[in-house]
Amino acid sequence: MSNFFNGLLRLRRGPWEMLATIIIAVGVFMLMQPFVIWAFTYSFIVTLVGTVMFIIVSHFPE
Amino acid sequence: MSDKTADRVAAATPTHVARKIRGLSDRAIAWIFVAPTIFLLLAVNIFPLIWTVRLSFTDYKANRINREPEWIGLRNYERILTDSDIWLNMQATAHFLFWTIFFQVLIGFTLAWLINKKFKGNDLWTTIIVLPMMLSPAVVGNFWKFLYQPQIGLFNYIIAFFTGKDPSSFEMLGSVDLAPWSIVIVDTWMWTPFVMLICLAGLRSIPDYIYEAAEIDRASKLRQFFTITIPMVLPFLMLAVLFRGIENFKMFDLVVQLTGGGPGSTTELTSINLKREAFEKWRTGYASAYAIILFVTVFGLASIYVKALNKVKER
Repeated sequence: MSNFFNGLLRLRRGPWEMLATIIIAVGVFMLMQPFVIWAFTYSFIVTLVGTVMFIIVSHFPE
Repeated sequence: MSDKTADRVAAATPTHVARKIRGLSDRAIAWIFVAPTIFLLLAVNIFPLIWTVRLSFTDYKANRINREPEWIGLRNYERILTDSDIWLNMQATAHFLFWTIFFQVLIGFTLAWLINKKFKGNDLWTTIIVLPMMLSPAVVGNFWKFLYQPQIGLFNYIIAFFTGKDPSSFEMLGSVDLAPWSIVIVDTWMWTPFVMLICLAGLRSIPDYIYEAAEIDRASKLRQFFTITIPMVLPFLMLAVLFRGIENFKMFDLVVQLTGGGPGSTTELTSINLKREAFEKWRTGYASAYAIILFVTVFGLASIYVKALNKVKER
């Protein structure tokens, strides 16, 4: 866990990609879940943030 | 012979052109060759995408080309993301996506595993199994419509044979509960062979000596399956899930032929709904915003899958 946070602080690709992946997965789940409509409303912005973040952090050093 | 042709072409090149080309660097010549492709890519892919983004902020209607579109900011996105009908369409898509991928991976992998066993006539069986995916989705949709007919449909008779129910007592395409499953069954029937072929490629890429080494170490068949077969087929399986996931997220033709989105809107997947908004209601700006939402979702999913694929490959 501490490796993960160290990687985030040192702008390493692995942990940042992991974070972006989690955000995208949460966004897609929010888009398609059948429980609450507010999650559907905010799903697009969450997915967009995750996707843009993924594109940026995939250029970070390993 | 070819030298002579080259000499002839060189001699035929006008002097001023030849002089210009001779003065160019290798990099510039490379750019000259690549430029038409880049131009085509920009014109066919990038420009429409940027244009769609622009339209998504307007109230443009493609059937009223003389009307000046008004800039309405994020209102289209706001309307889509607070619309409970679109939310229901997303749920229908999620149901379709989850169950088709689940069944296709399960059945596809099992079939590949069975076909991979050396037995007489397995090539013939492979050919027979892959036939459905070679058909047009429109054709498949049409003939499954006949199979699902309550009076004459073979599907209903088979179900009736096993359950003892009257074949005409249930309607797969007309029932709110059964229609979502009817499209799952057809897509699974059509695309399981694709997943099977990819899994088969994965299974055939595993060298025999790994199993031989496991046999020497007295690993059981079950242990070999979970520690050799599954991990080595996983990258291929991920690829199949990626392809099918993206394809099914934008599924259109098969479902339109089968149910047309009905009964009501129970099988109205997002792509069908998007088509209605764009080309039946002619709300082009609104449909553009809708398309951008779907595009970002597919792009995000593709990023996750590609990352997962690379990770499994590294193992």
